[in-house]
Amino acid sequence: MKREVPLAITFITGVLLVVAFFVPHPPLGDLQQRFQIWYSIVAGFTFLLGLDSLVKHHLKKIQHRRSGWGFSVALLISFFTTLILGFYSWFVFSSPYDLRAPFQWLYTSVILPLQATMFALLAFFIASAAYRAFRARNLAASLLLVSAGIVMLGRVPIGKAIWSGLPVISDWIMNYPQMAAKRGILMGTYLGAIAMSLRIILGMERTYLT
Amino acid sequence: MNFFDLFGTWLAAGLTVAILSFLYRDNPLYKFAEHIYVGASAAFWVVIFWYSDVKPMLIDRALDPQYPLGEKLILLIPTIFGIMMLLRWFPKVAWISRWPIAFTVGMAAGLALTATVQGYIVPQIKATLFPVVVITKDPLISLWRSLMNIFVIFGVFTTILYFYFSKEHTGLLKVGSRIGIIFIMVGFGASFGYTIMARISLLIGRIYFLLHSWLGVID
Repeated sequence: MKREVPLAITFITGVLLVVAFFVPHPPLGDLQQRFQIWYSIVAGFTFLLGLDSLVKHHLKKIQHRRSGWGFSVALLISFFTTLILGFYSWFVFSSPYDLRAPFQWLYTSVILPLQATMFALLAFFIASAAYRAFRARNLAASLLLVSAGIVMLGRVPIGKAIWSGLPVISDWIMNYPQMAAKRGILMGTYLGAIAMSLRIILGMERTYLT
Repeated sequence: MNFFDLFGTWLAAGLTVAILSFLYRDNPLYKFAEHIYVGASAAFWVVIFWYSDVKPMLIDRALDPQYPLGEKLILLIPTIFGIMMLLRWFPKVAWISRWPIAFTVGMAAGLALTATVQGYIVPQIKATLFPVVVITKDPLISLWRSLMNIFVIFGVFTTILYFYFSKEHTGLLKVGSRIGIIFIMVGFGASFGYTIMARISLLIGRIYFLLHSWLGVID
């Protein structure tokens, strides 16, 4: 029951989807769409598990006065405020997306600036990591450094001011060698995904059951 | 500007400065903003997901008297799967949650087998099947396009060769994979540069917000 049933469910679901792909007629025709709906419903419940885990973790931290417990209080306040405003906007304004809803205000005043600044901050850390990784020690690192430098300079006005050919070379790199490498890597990745899917459906890969 | 707009601007500015303060070093202000972000985004995505996915797919259909009874009964299956997922809260029966996990894994695997081939691999191969001889009115353009098409095909092929591990990289395979790594490095460098620029544009956006919307020192 604990191992055999999940393996059977995985096998049946996977095989049914493959069969449905090749037999696009009732009752299998809409199976893919139906399963995707089921997946979304199950995912909705899974979200609750995640939230429970987050809240419990921080409540424990506050309860035991572990270091940084004050930040956990801030997290829980922001969490419950967002949740309450979200459901309030949903029920009172019929949609959390309504522009008059407080949920939208919260999105533009809190989530959006935090998210954008957090990602902007990454620019500095990527640059600092790149400084260590990109030092031209060998041909591969030099190629990385040169192509990154050209693409960065080619995308800003100062690059064009330095030399008008930089944007042209930058576009050439993006359209030819970059595209060729990306395509090769993607093909390899997708072939790997197919091999892994086969292993999962046939029950050879069982790590998800642990 | 009403009170909420003004308060929203000050709040956004304060949080932006708090996050940027990490550039100096890790500090309580940054940690505070970081925790606010985690809490708010977790709740945000729950509300959005339940409103956009679970409500129309489950709640609306279950409550709609026009929706066929048979279909409503079928909806019980994912609902039961969802409830099974929540059984992780009870250690004695937590193993039952493996069933919905098995369903989602099986679905992802089934889709990966078919949709990946149809949606990704075939289009990628199709997009690489360029004519190696291009003929236009201008012989120089013809030569350039032909060379570039051959260049891309060669690049894709050598990149794939680099990831071919079923045979030791010696002889011709070694040469091919060495050329492949050149393409890969140029590609990684370009993607890196592109990502940096995207992040820089976000940073410019935040700095503009602080100077324009908050402090009003620039137009």
